[in-house]
Amino acid sequence: MPDKKQDLIDQKLQDLNNDGVDRRGFLKCMAWAGTGLVWTLSGGIPVSRAFAKTPHRSAGKGGDFSFVQISDSHIGFNKPANPDVTATLQTAINKINAMPHKPDFIIHTGDLSQLSKPSEFDTLDQVLKGASAKQTYFVPGEHDMLTDNGEQFLQRYGKGTKGSGWYSFDHKGVHFVGLVNVANLKGGGMGSLGHEQLEWLEDDVKGRSASTPIVLFAHIPLWTIYPEWGWGTDDSEQALSYVKRFGSVTVLNGHIHQIMQKIEGKVSFHTAMSTAFPQPAPGTAPSAGPMKVPADQLQRVLGITDVQYVVSGSSLAIVDSPLVNSGASSSANESGPTRS
Amino acid sequence: MTRKTLWLASLPAPVLIAMLLLFPGSPRLKANDQNSSANTEITIDNFSFGPQTVKVPAGATVTWINRDDIPHTVVSTEGVFKSKVQDTNEKFSYTFTKAGTYPYYCSVHPKMTGQVIVQ
Repeated sequence: MPDKKQDLIDQKLQDLNNDGVDRRGFLKCMAWAGTGLVWTLSGGIPVSRAFAKTPHRSAGKGGDFSFVQISDSHIGFNKPANPDVTATLQTAINKINAMPHKPDFIIHTGDLSQLSKPSEFDTLDQVLKGASAKQTYFVPGEHDMLTDNGEQFLQRYGKGTKGSGWYSFDHKGVHFVGLVNVANLKGGGMGSLGHEQLEWLEDDVKGRSASTPIVLFAHIPLWTIYPEWGWGTDDSEQALSYVKRFGSVTVLNGHIHQIMQKIEGKVSFHTAMSTAFPQPAPGTAPSAGPMKVPADQLQRVLGITDVQYVVSGSSLAIVDSPLVNSGASSSANESGPTRS
Repeated sequence: MTRKTLWLASLPAPVLIAMLLLFPGSPRLKANDQNSSANTEITIDNFSFGPQTVKVPAGATVTWINRDDIPHTVVSTEGVFKSKVQDTNEKFSYTFTKAGTYPYYCSVHPKMTGQVIVQ
């Protein structure tokens, strides 16, 4: 799987070089966009199932539950890459509402707004009111800290949180930790958790049984994906060391507006698609940032993530799905890039 | 020709030569002076400041213009200046009165760095 991804990235780079198309131009090949693939670990061995065959789970049965991750709604963004981010967020919520199993809650991994404006947060709240899941947990992205160091974000979404907005909660035996790595960023650096938050985290997970599944969520990826573009967190190693002893750790991030996944021992890392606009794959464009795709392709590169917890399973099942399916099956998508 | 140079041109040659020798600081002689005018512009685009390093004389005003499709900020690492968030086509200016080197970065995307050298 990693080799195929690398081949696709290399192909994209070559295509872009030949086209002379910069990231604000059109990307013609959509093959790398998120597909609906379910990975679960059964006895330590990854087993994949086609999305359509995901078993229907009734809420509350034996402690099984699911939740949805959405990210990077960027309400207020209105450039060509997506002139109506509120509409695509609404599509994402509609998709959540149409899911066969009702998620217990939503986690938003940051960049709720584009410019931290009150009207942008208001619009987001309005759209979320229509979600079947009545509870949403948030962590801020750097776009939510643009005025007054995130004071407004804290007032709206940070009740009961500490410092720049970190917190934890338990749900049906799973321990969730919301981390903030977009505050007090230092010049030349990437994301940063900071000493105070790390101390808090160490204390927060101390003494918990190693069989407690842990879910960490933060805006910027907690592993180094592409330092040149700031896609990583300078002090995440220390944070991850505190959860190393646990049997199941899931790390959910956003920020990069594309799916990236990694499994390292018992830790599964996952970044979600945005509900607003995609970004280029690492190194395939002069910089990160909004990437324009043909209008009819936009909803294929935006999406939501369904996360299912099964009591008997050793890890959470993470299923990404675009707002609109490409029509081709996932096997066709993986056979290589196609020019449209 | 500016008025100033016209006036100078009307002087007899020896006087001109004497003036040029006596006033070596005359602007017309500083071939490498990048910014004797009051304003220098830095363009923000593709997550970078261009030019990344600028040299200005004390008293000069530097204006950053955001041409990127993403908002950025301009923040001095020493706390000397700090812009509000700049969306596309917005500008931020700062007048540098004291000589020195002023490294800065974008607080939203901290990998973006630059420096202003004031001489």
